[in-house]
Amino acid sequence: MNNTSSVTVLQKYQRRKLNQRSQTIIYLAFGGIFLFAITLIGTLLGDVAITTNFTQKNLVPQMAHPFGTDYLGRDMLSRTLKGMSISIYIGLFASVISALIAAILGAAAATLGKKVDAIITWFIDLVMGIPHLLLLILISYALGRGTFGVVVAVAISHWPLLTRIIRGEILQLKEANYIKIAGKLGQSKMKIVAKHMIPHIFPQFLVGLVLLFPHAILHEAALTFLGFGLPPEQPGIGIILSESMKYLALGMWWLALFPGVVLLATVMLFDLVGQSLRKIIDPRSAHD
Amino acid sequence: MDVEKYSGIIRYIGKSIVKIVSLLIAVSILSFILVSASPVDPIRAYIGEVGMANMSAENLAKLEAYFGLNIPPVQRYWNWFSDFVQGNMGSSLLYRQPVADVIQVKFMNSMVLMTTAWMFSGILGFVLGIVAGLYRGHWIDKLIKGYSLLVASTPTFWLALVLLMVFSVWLQILPIGLSVPIGVNAAEVTVFDNLKHLLLPALTLSVIGIANITLHTREKMIDIMGEDYILFAKARGKSTVSIIRNHALRNIILPAITLQFASISEIFGGSVLVEQVFSYPGLGKAAVSAGLSGDAPLLLGVAVISAALVFVGNLIANILYGIIDPRIRRGSAYE
Repeated sequence: MNNTSSVTVLQKYQRRKLNQRSQTIIYLAFGGIFLFAITLIGTLLGDVAITTNFTQKNLVPQMAHPFGTDYLGRDMLSRTLKGMSISIYIGLFASVISALIAAILGAAAATLGKKVDAIITWFIDLVMGIPHLLLLILISYALGRGTFGVVVAVAISHWPLLTRIIRGEILQLKEANYIKIAGKLGQSKMKIVAKHMIPHIFPQFLVGLVLLFPHAILHEAALTFLGFGLPPEQPGIGIILSESMKYLALGMWWLALFPGVVLLATVMLFDLVGQSLRKIIDPRSAHD
Repeated sequence: MDVEKYSGIIRYIGKSIVKIVSLLIAVSILSFILVSASPVDPIRAYIGEVGMANMSAENLAKLEAYFGLNIPPVQRYWNWFSDFVQGNMGSSLLYRQPVADVIQVKFMNSMVLMTTAWMFSGILGFVLGIVAGLYRGHWIDKLIKGYSLLVASTPTFWLALVLLMVFSVWLQILPIGLSVPIGVNAAEVTVFDNLKHLLLPALTLSVIGIANITLHTREKMIDIMGEDYILFAKARGKSTVSIIRNHALRNIILPAITLQFASISEIFGGSVLVEQVFSYPGLGKAAVSAGLSGDAPLLLGVAVISAALVFVGNLIANILYGIIDPRIRRGSAYE
């Protein structure tokens, strides 16, 4: 490095390899690919996750079984992947439904007048007043537990926060000068909504949707863990962890550790994807 | 005391209490509908499968009348509600005791657990948030922030399992579950025993609960450290400790307290899971057992009580905000 002295301050700044934005895009791509891979592998696994093999019971993690095997000789790695993919499907479905409910209610609250607004806000308070997990238990109980119960419970209970955000955004937008000016210039309401409001709201909606995933997945696993969700024959993450509880005292740590780590990683990745998406979409953070 | 100054807030509290009562009634209606809609048959849950098979049709009809299943739902809700207001929440099918008695015992256990975790996570999270905000970009900040983000995605029940594995199975220094030792007379249970059984569940809840408050306090701290008055204080040569004490603390402690009061719902959810893992006899465990065994009256009771807890927490948060922040106290934020 004999020409270091000739580098000026300005040139130094140009040498930065990746800016925040490219970094965020890389995170996003990495997270997306990883999650897609888990889902795909889990879906394509077939019956490996529920095949029992009594010659290979209670094995500690090793080359053939990286996550070990359980008391029925089932391979924990395939069980974990299968369970995770089920969770991701449920999470996906639940967050789409919840986000749609949130969009409809949020828009209704912000545009249909004071009475509708008061009713919807009151409902948000109502749903948020019951501790979320207890609400999930109640809904699942009402539907007779099982897969159907958990899917519906997770899908119809995650909308309040996003509804609040969308309502707030639209209320703010309605007061924004450019919207008012568009109105004064004689543009039709439909055009204002389509041209000025939706481009502003939609990215926020998308980010809100992605950020619902982690919650939905965690809640599904928790509900299943408590015994209200997926039936015991399904290799759900909650099932795996609640089964592992019986074998903890025998020192079979791998039954709980690895599936939990995969669940944790998945939740974190979804969170990361959501946060990156927000950073990319939001023009204010473009130059961070 | 100047009454005029506080008339706004008194009106606000009155309004809030009316709102809370209306919401609580709505919660009870919603829960009642959900519980009634369940395909779980209360008679089957009460006498069991064998009982069902051996029961004559006549006796079944009697039981149905006893449970009030032949009354229309609205009437049934009204009966339940008027009893509830008088303190009679029905009787638990699972514990064969009045629901009010069961909840009273479980509620105290849960409160001990949740209050411990709530205080601990609040104070520690607050301190960590201040430190992280103060040393923004430093490795301490990165460590604290990374920890908070990690913990925010950690499933509570899994963390409980891991801690159980480490401290109870592996190191064998703490008990595996329950709130008191097994096979010991209630009179002989010492405070130390109670603490020992409380430690792991409370630790799990605290470790998870720290994330939110830490991240929030850190953000606020960073904002405040960028203010001109902090720069001026630094220019006057004040020490970091005195800057925190005199300028930063007041600004960040309020939102932190508010946030902590508003997080009761989450702590309750966490306690349900933690109580399940550690077999800790609290409200959450009771709710789960009730749901799994079809004990509708108990489930209903727990739902209403926990909702009341959340609403009161939110109310305290709002009032604190109003009393301490003069801008909100005088302004029209309550309208």
